[in-house]
Amino acid sequence: MSTLDQASTGELEAAVKRARDQLNAHAYETVQWHFHPSTGCPFWLEKAESLSFDPLKEVREFDDLKKFDLFQDEWLRGGPVRRWVPKAYADKPVYVFETGGTTGVPKSRIAIEDFRVDYSLFSSTLPDEYFPPGSNWLMLGPSGPRRLRLAVEHLAQHRGGICFCIDLDPRWVIKLIKKGWMEHLEAYKQHCIDQAITILGAGHDIRCMFTTPKLLESLALELEKRGSSIRDAGITGIFSGGTEFTPQWTRFATEEFLDGVYMTPTYGNTLMGLACSKPVTPEDNYKITYYAPQPRAVLEIVDFDDPQSVVGYGKTGRVKLTTLTKEFFVPGFLERDEGEREQPYIKYPWDGVSGVRPFHQTAEATTVGVY
Amino acid sequence: MLNIPILRWGKPYESLEVDEVVHFITGEPIAKVGQANGGLLQRDMRKASQARAALKDIPCDELIERVKKAGELYLKETLPLGDGTQSPDEFVHMQSASTGLPEHMCKANMQKNFFVLSHMDQMLDALTRGLDLNILSRGYGVEGRGVVVSYQAQAPAVGLVLPSNSPGVHTLWLPVIPMQIGLVLKPGPQEPWTPYRMTAAFTEAGIPPESISIYPGGADVGAAVLASCQRSMIFGGTPTVERYRGNPAVQAHGPGFSKILLGDDVVDDWEQYIDLMADSIYLNSGRGCINCSSIWASRHTKEIAQALAERLGPVPALPPDDPNAGLAAFTVPGVAKAVWAQIEGGLKEDGVTDMTSQYGPRLEEKERCAYLRPVIIHSQSPEPALAKAEYMFPYASVVECPQDKMLESIGPTLVCSAITEDETFQAQLTDAVHIDRLNIGPIPTIKLDWLQPHEGNIVEFLFRARAYQLPQERLALAR
Repeated sequence: MSTLDQASTGELEAAVKRARDQLNAHAYETVQWHFHPSTGCPFWLEKAESLSFDPLKEVREFDDLKKFDLFQDEWLRGGPVRRWVPKAYADKPVYVFETGGTTGVPKSRIAIEDFRVDYSLFSSTLPDEYFPPGSNWLMLGPSGPRRLRLAVEHLAQHRGGICFCIDLDPRWVIKLIKKGWMEHLEAYKQHCIDQAITILGAGHDIRCMFTTPKLLESLALELEKRGSSIRDAGITGIFSGGTEFTPQWTRFATEEFLDGVYMTPTYGNTLMGLACSKPVTPEDNYKITYYAPQPRAVLEIVDFDDPQSVVGYGKTGRVKLTTLTKEFFVPGFLERDEGEREQPYIKYPWDGVSGVRPFHQTAEATTVGVY
Repeated sequence: MLNIPILRWGKPYESLEVDEVVHFITGEPIAKVGQANGGLLQRDMRKASQARAALKDIPCDELIERVKKAGELYLKETLPLGDGTQSPDEFVHMQSASTGLPEHMCKANMQKNFFVLSHMDQMLDALTRGLDLNILSRGYGVEGRGVVVSYQAQAPAVGLVLPSNSPGVHTLWLPVIPMQIGLVLKPGPQEPWTPYRMTAAFTEAGIPPESISIYPGGADVGAAVLASCQRSMIFGGTPTVERYRGNPAVQAHGPGFSKILLGDDVVDDWEQYIDLMADSIYLNSGRGCINCSSIWASRHTKEIAQALAERLGPVPALPPDDPNAGLAAFTVPGVAKAVWAQIEGGLKEDGVTDMTSQYGPRLEEKERCAYLRPVIIHSQSPEPALAKAEYMFPYASVVECPQDKMLESIGPTLVCSAITEDETFQAQLTDAVHIDRLNIGPIPTIKLDWLQPHEGNIVEFLFRARAYQLPQERLALAR
């Protein structure tokens, strides 16, 4: 007998095999789609001419994707953005989402339906008890050219609610930090929090929220100053994300200000979608283990010096992402994060990653947790 | 290995995140230090008024006595530390092992802290200009000459973002507790030792534990200290000082750019002062903001630089437990190399000469650390970048500059030792607002009179003088 969280070794092994078979089939189909002249996008069709192998013939399963060189994030900077649109979707309305861009040209990724699909799938992981269907949402975080706002708004709509949005521009926040304008930074944060408190107190029956750890802390503190709390404001469920979402931070939030409000960590970005966490418990020292939304995206923990080799379970390596959707194909993209490789889990029977943090070789130059 | 928790108003808090402090030579772990997050600190600061309230229950005079006792305990006794204990010798060994400072210098710094604690009554008397400390407690009172005065505490607790590399700076915050103000300490990653040992000594001596918090952690914790405490001190480089310039809530301590100026009337006798100059550059491994980083004179500069190079150039890098060790190791990887690269870059400018180059390589890289041996630069004018540089090792430039151009050329100066009998020059020095501590005469820059303010008077930083009027009959009670 098994529950969702507990399974026999045999059950887990069978689930792992099924998931791997599904991934292999999905990888094959995705490559067929992106490299076929009738459906593929100009970027990959052009790239295929310079490859030393024929993706249509020589990629039969997921591991064959190693034949591609690592995906260069520079390819995503600058246009024409249309080169990423699969021919099969040329007539569809296309969104462009950006990441980075505090200085220089941001990386951009096209999307048609992916963000909706990713968040619809994520929705099924949210417990209705804390994210009641039909209840309204507050999205307190970066919007602008990011996909997050539209994605969270879709999540709310998918669950039958309406989403209120408060914007925060992370590019401006990073500039404020770099300039040392800490008073402006504080004022800008307060400006966002004030708006959130106004909306929460305006009778909109908001129960669910997306926000970032920093903003959640500030919101809790400000509500308490005003004699209220996250719980008193009506919130019952929160999802949040970012590398500052550590076990210690989760414990801190749980013990000090959530007061029973449910919070789930997520790890995601414009290229991947949303990786969900195994349940985070005090018994497990609030350990956070993320699982990618396979087969649409795969996270591997690879050797720092040999990114084609996966490290052993429990070992540390760099996070490597492969995205496999019909809208976007990203083979072997090295994220700016590192972490430990984790065993499959019955709900997510494929490798996970814990201890996600900025990649140590670039961490000092990276400004994280700014919003 | 010791496990050292966060202290939240005296209560230990075991963090799920720890930082391992390791020996800079062997790599051996010395302690695991719990790491705070900024939000934890921010929330605790809502209770800062309780720290002051606990201290106000004890009269200042009594707090001074307890602080004196704490000085004895800090210097001589084995005290609790995390899940273990620490003797004075262990403290010295641990501090040296993580900061790179030779052990005998760590001992000397203990003596400095002890001196300040054991003379706390005199220090506060000097810093408050003889004020009855009950006036600080009550907020107002009548001075001996019959004048009503009021000093209002500007914060219930003062925040300190402390450095890793200068154990000497701790003397600055020791007078805070006797003025009934709480402490919020964010130790430097390599130097958690002094804040924890001092807190243990304070607690053993009867200072209320709830008056002190210690939050080891990263940059977000430092930012939270500055954002949450109404008064705070931070130690950093020039950009840090510039960032907080003009902010009345933050006292930023940065490089000192301390200097020795030789007046035209004494410069021909420069040899008389060579010991004073060498000591000012070299003692305490040249790490302090009060160490001399440049010597200014109108003539004989090449000879002065040559003599200093002969004296300091041969100083070797010795192990930290060697009683003759005069140099501290750079324990953060890459820092010494980067500093040396900067100096090499500066030497490409015209008019600057490395007078120590003949005494062997300056950069000595070891397996887990590196040393920079003393560097003396001669500069023909104040313009080159190296003429006004300051580094965390015995480094000084000897700058040729006419006396009448010195004050407009030296830039910000924490300690200026001006050796001159020229009264006009002395008066100009006295009026120079870019000089903080002024020594007139042959006084080493590193010789501090502890009874005088350092980079601003801490009493004025923590208390605001203001008007306070009340009926005569009430006044009588305040005498």
